[in-house]
Amino acid sequence: MMKLAKKDILGIRDMSREEINLILDTAESFLEISTREIKKVPTLRGKSVINLFYEASTRTRTSFELAGKRLSADTINISASTSSAVKGETLIDTARNLEAMTPDIIVIRHSAAGAPHLLAGLVRQSIINAGDGSHEHPSQALLDMLTIKEKKGKIAGLKVAIIGDIAHSRVARSNIYGLSKMGAEVVVAGPPTMLPRDIDKLGVRVCTKLEDAVADADVVMMLRIQLEREKQNIFPSLREYARHYCLNRRNLGLAKPDAIVMHPGPINRGVEISPDIADDPTCSVILNQVNNGVAVRMALLYLLTGGSE
Amino acid sequence: MKAKKRLKVVMDSDGIERCLTRIAYEILEKNKGMDGLVIVGIRTGGIYLAQRLQKKISSIEGRKIPLGVLDITLYRDDIAKAGKTSPPGKTDIPFDLTDKKVVLVDDVLFTGRTIRAAMDALIDFGRPRMIQLAVLIDRGHRELPIRADFVGKNLPSSLWEAVSVNLNEKNGTDEVVIVEEK
Repeated sequence: MMKLAKKDILGIRDMSREEINLILDTAESFLEISTREIKKVPTLRGKSVINLFYEASTRTRTSFELAGKRLSADTINISASTSSAVKGETLIDTARNLEAMTPDIIVIRHSAAGAPHLLAGLVRQSIINAGDGSHEHPSQALLDMLTIKEKKGKIAGLKVAIIGDIAHSRVARSNIYGLSKMGAEVVVAGPPTMLPRDIDKLGVRVCTKLEDAVADADVVMMLRIQLEREKQNIFPSLREYARHYCLNRRNLGLAKPDAIVMHPGPINRGVEISPDIADDPTCSVILNQVNNGVAVRMALLYLLTGGSE
Repeated sequence: MKAKKRLKVVMDSDGIERCLTRIAYEILEKNKGMDGLVIVGIRTGGIYLAQRLQKKISSIEGRKIPLGVLDITLYRDDIAKAGKTSPPGKTDIPFDLTDKKVVLVDDVLFTGRTIRAAMDALIDFGRPRMIQLAVLIDRGHRELPIRADFVGKNLPSSLWEAVSVNLNEKNGTDEVVIVEEK
């Protein structure tokens, strides 16, 4: 009987293929719970989960909260703007104080890469990284992999194109680690200013044209253009970006006929993805991703609380 | 998994078949036919027995009796104990349980804790009119006030023994064996 040996979920990079499979298999079983009339099982009764969010979030925070609640854990949400962070409390002090209230799991999102790792070494509780800077976003990559597996029946051997701001995307980084480990062929594309140096060392093929990456792909994963970065001069204008890197009916036609389109959200309609593609249920799996997200996070909470002593 | 020492074969393939045939008739007799009746097998030991009972009852009555699969991992009372976590299996109950007569099926009835968990799970799916329990082996040692309605064989056992139900669908042979608990 396999179990998760980890105390924390910090990134996909330090996860084995077996661990990823265990999480995905567990999540598959949890999918059914969200289809029931009573969407709740008593498994984590008496456990508490704190969602500590230093960055804005709709999907991830709601998803973790629902995941905890559907397993009967008590979930508490803290967002930085309404916490003592505004009074100048440091992250370490906040963490020590939360630890003193003995929750079982702390889910953290922070703009600084490595913040979850800092906490993991500091407190007894399990830490789940819900996105740290442009470093990793493991639960997103896991739900993306679950969605791919659900739609394609497998991950190994598929060609996955990841398009957009690779350099600033934690979603891209976690997915590159995960998909490569699971045997997919990953191609990334974006303007040269958005491609990190040495990205090819992660074992991905690099293109600067969207068309080259999308050609013959089974999965096209679009990344959100972080609008706040327009001021950083990494691209001339949204209009120009959209002209070259917006996924539309024409360039999606280069992919396999049964290709699926993914996006971690929130989407900028007409910037990285045209509205007719985003809303087309025959190729877009964006809302499936959101649905699978709850199951993946249930699996993480379940495996972390049950598996450690 | 290390092979456990086999102590005694208590039921062979024919024995299992005869037990299930009798239970199928008993279920129909007690419920006066199969109206409103559904079968739910408990993962993993109960699934194959539930499938066989479904086949038997359906052939006796000439129409198919609905069958569901229930995983009780998430309802266990020992889940918080270290090392007990296993990935839950899929639950698949493709019909509404409200006002149904449910026959729960498991291979071995022991402490009763699995059945307690299964009843809690079923009730989260609706309000069955009645829950009955069918097991192939009742080995005693109950820790909860639970009893089976349909029993293949009563098998008084020691706590240092384990009862292992092997089925064709699972491990290629039909037999019930007493093995030494490690």
